[in-house]
Amino acid sequence: MAAMTKAPRAQKRTLGQWAKSRDGQKVFVMVAFMIVPLLLLFTFTYLPFAEMVGFSFYNMKYIGARKFVGLRNYARVFSRDDCFGALKLSLYYMGGSIVQLALSLYLATILSFKVKGGNIFKGFMFFPYLINGIAMGFMFKFFYTRGFVFDTVLQWCGFELENLPYWLKDQRINNVSLVATSVWRYFGQNMVLFIGAIMSVDSELYEAAMLDGANRFQQFKYIILPSIKTIIMLNVILSITGSLSAFEPSYVISSGANGTATYFVVMHEIAHTQQKVGLASAMAVVLLCIIFVATILQKLFFKYVFRSAEDEDFNATAKRDKKLARLAARKAGK
Amino acid sequence: MTLMQKIGKYVLIILKYFSLVFFSFVAVLPIVSCFITAFKTDVEYQNTNVMVLPESWLNFENFVLAFEKANMGRAFINSVIILICVLVASVFIGTQLAYVLDRFKFPGNNLIRNLFLFASLLPGIAMQIAVYQVMYNLGFINSLLGYIVMMCGTDVISIYIYIQFFENISTSLDESAIVDGASYFTIFYKILLPLLKPAIVTSCILKGVGTYNEYYSANLYLQDKQLLPTVATSLYTFVGPLGSKYNLICAGVIISLLPALIVFITCQKQIYSGLVAGAVKG
Repeated sequence: MAAMTKAPRAQKRTLGQWAKSRDGQKVFVMVAFMIVPLLLLFTFTYLPFAEMVGFSFYNMKYIGARKFVGLRNYARVFSRDDCFGALKLSLYYMGGSIVQLALSLYLATILSFKVKGGNIFKGFMFFPYLINGIAMGFMFKFFYTRGFVFDTVLQWCGFELENLPYWLKDQRINNVSLVATSVWRYFGQNMVLFIGAIMSVDSELYEAAMLDGANRFQQFKYIILPSIKTIIMLNVILSITGSLSAFEPSYVISSGANGTATYFVVMHEIAHTQQKVGLASAMAVVLLCIIFVATILQKLFFKYVFRSAEDEDFNATAKRDKKLARLAARKAGK
Repeated sequence: MTLMQKIGKYVLIILKYFSLVFFSFVAVLPIVSCFITAFKTDVEYQNTNVMVLPESWLNFENFVLAFEKANMGRAFINSVIILICVLVASVFIGTQLAYVLDRFKFPGNNLIRNLFLFASLLPGIAMQIAVYQVMYNLGFINSLLGYIVMMCGTDVISIYIYIQFFENISTSLDESAIVDGASYFTIFYKILLPLLKPAIVTSCILKGVGTYNEYYSANLYLQDKQLLPTVATSLYTFVGPLGSKYNLICAGVIISLLPALIVFITCQKQIYSGLVAGAVKG
């Protein structure tokens, strides 16, 4: 009897205690601190993500009745010229991002050694990254207009105006013009990332290499490149997925006219202007799948490359150790 | 040093500075040409080449006119309101989340980290198709509050910057405070948050620039262009009939760039280090 009345009281006390105890506080703090971010994450990412997958099976607008059409939207994504065909344009953007990576790596290498006025150059090249998209759109419409900035500069260099194409209208060149603006905007940002990575390399390594008589190119190849390959790989992966989802230059500069509409520009038009929400959702889902497959393939590919590179590293260190041993032996002999 | 080596060295130096000057020129050319044109009167603009310097660097007419036409006064007020709200909210949201994720071991910790990481892989433009529906159902179309709430959402980079920072703050600090009987709230607000200041400054600058420059969602959800323009979307005024008056447009563009330029000049170091920190971890 006594035991029976005691038990619930004990439990009650522990519950009250629990709330005041460290564990109780811990749980309380965790809930208090995580509920808002998780709610936001759910509302603006995972709920819409799920809804989008759902939408892709319907013929619908944002408001009004919707009709279930099964996989017909997906079939249309692949059959319509303007949808899937637009992905071809990503090749231009991939080309651009390779140029961008090479350029920013080159400039980062220069700037990570002692350079007069290095910070000013860095600032000039980085600033385009901080310009808002609309401003950039106007700037380049102006820049590429016939006889305006770009043409003038080319005329200074000796080109004739009659020989120059219309940069944004001529379908042979306009996508290249747009990709160039994207390179313009991001090469400085990439460069800053690479400088950060290069600076994190131990400076003793450079000194040792200098003493050994390594020239700049050798320093780059044997010290800088191996130590920043992770961040380079990361940027290659990002730039390929970025090319597939290219949007801004085409949207803000040419509004997708004259065969410059990338996949996302077409999708934006279908979703928000034509209000074919189902079809646009199907397009989004298809691209997401492609991006995921591409990301996984690249990760696997780089894993493979990395592994063989590490083997090489291993060989290299073995060689270096041998050399050191030989040197030591020679010194000892003296 | 032989003559050949000397020549080679000078060639390299020349090549180095030539590359730097050339690409700096490429980077600033579009901006400088805009700046030049913004000071030209209509007559000058029509009769001179775009790269010819303006007659007077004191001709601010275009700036005044662009500011009025694009309703930029209102736009600046809105952008400041959005910036302050988003930054304050996301500092609290981000640091608190990072605190829990770094200091507490609990089942689901990794899952939550991965949920945020995965969310950052989803391209924003594609997501907006369905986010629009969510915003519509919440009554957040044409609502400054709604836009602010949406902008506070996932921001993996600053969460990573905070987590990285927490990792470098010794847990013995927490432990001794616990021994002294401080609650978790006290530990977080009185001890850890002040220490986190550099990380907060860095991520605020990055997030601030991103928020100030954001135009896609602002254009989609803040449709009332009279009452709810932001600095970025106010530039849409120049699409259409005004579309060829580039002296006016350039003035508008330059006005919209000034805040970013000022922040850049004053906080260069933090911007660079924030970018590097975010990229290496994220």
